[in-house]
Amino acid sequence: MNIFSSKNLKLLTGPLNLQNPVTVQILGICSALAVTVKLKPAIVMGISVTVVTAFSNLLISLIRNYIPPRIRIIVQLVVVATMVILVDQVLRAFVYDVSKQLSVYVGLIITNCIIMGRLEAYAMGNSPWPSFLDGLGNGAGYSMILIFVATIRELLGSGSILGYHIIPQSFYAAGYANNGMMIMPAMALVLVGVIIWVQRSFNKELIEKD
Amino acid sequence: MFNIFVRSVFIDNMIFAFFIGMCSYLAVSKTVKTSVGLGIAVIFVQIITVPVNYLLLEYVMKPGALVWLGQNFKDVDLSFLSFMVYIATIAAMTQLVEMIIEKFSPALYNSLGIFLPLIAVNCAILAGSLFMEQREYKSIGEVLSWGLGSGVGWALAIVLLAAIRERLKYNNIPAPLKGMGIAFIMTGLMGLAFMSFLGIKI
Repeated sequence: MNIFSSKNLKLLTGPLNLQNPVTVQILGICSALAVTVKLKPAIVMGISVTVVTAFSNLLISLIRNYIPPRIRIIVQLVVVATMVILVDQVLRAFVYDVSKQLSVYVGLIITNCIIMGRLEAYAMGNSPWPSFLDGLGNGAGYSMILIFVATIRELLGSGSILGYHIIPQSFYAAGYANNGMMIMPAMALVLVGVIIWVQRSFNKELIEKD
Repeated sequence: MFNIFVRSVFIDNMIFAFFIGMCSYLAVSKTVKTSVGLGIAVIFVQIITVPVNYLLLEYVMKPGALVWLGQNFKDVDLSFLSFMVYIATIAAMTQLVEMIIEKFSPALYNSLGIFLPLIAVNCAILAGSLFMEQREYKSIGEVLSWGLGSGVGWALAIVLLAAIRERLKYNNIPAPLKGMGIAFIMTGLMGLAFMSFLGIKI
């Protein structure tokens, strides 16, 4: 069996566009928007979510035949919570300042709908390797939107990327000003709305019927 | 205490300031009736779980919290377990609420359907407990008013959005923007409107 057969590759690339967890499935918005004021926390958050999704998919898929259906939500929550505690401790140990910025949103990975959604929809019915890939793909789709929104917000809101000033001083001298609106939480929502708009006008099949 | 309540409803609103609980917020806000039901369920779960988690934090998990068991437990620090304990409390409480609603109001139970078990994974509930830990509220009264306020704020937001979305049916929206796209942008605009509450102090 080829571990990177075309079916498995589809698990990785599907969530990037047509199956994107944020813009198409509308999952995991909660944390997606709050951490996107600056690029660095957004990247860290994307990696954390990807790790948690991939490994909890793998674990649940390994034990899926032993979970009694009635208590599966609790079992899933325990597995996810364990993974999140691990990630949280690692973040506190190695990137303490980012972990402070992310504050409660690391803990909120537990209730991130992407993870529960993928566990229910995929890992409970598929073998470990495809489930792992599915987790990776969905994590990547989530990170992609996060990084995109964060880049725009940091560039327009603070004139920098990853903390380095990009917009030259002469622009400011000529009357350019940072857009303070971009730092406000509301603009993240509007940006995602615009991303959905653009994506759906390129992929007509995603347009919602009345 | 009243100040905490007002702050958590209008200024630190779960949806507009922190984007917490967005998934069910966007999914359930199609009609006013169901969103009122879900809002009430969230308030109810919130005012039970936040104080319960506060007590667990104060008397079981904080460094030195187990002193009431004897001096030997003085150095025990279980705070790294907080995520696990919170989510377990929440899952148990939602199960309870689900059974109560099923018993006393089958109509509400049917209309809420799949979303009741999902309250367990509603970010707003867990975030209530996490913010409670982070902001270090002093007394059970403050914690209670924070729990009530955050639940009411969430319910208010979802009912408002549902009311707007019911009206949107009669508007001519560009096809790719229909449904979720416009809901996002509207939530953004509502967030801007809610910013006008900044600075209110009572």
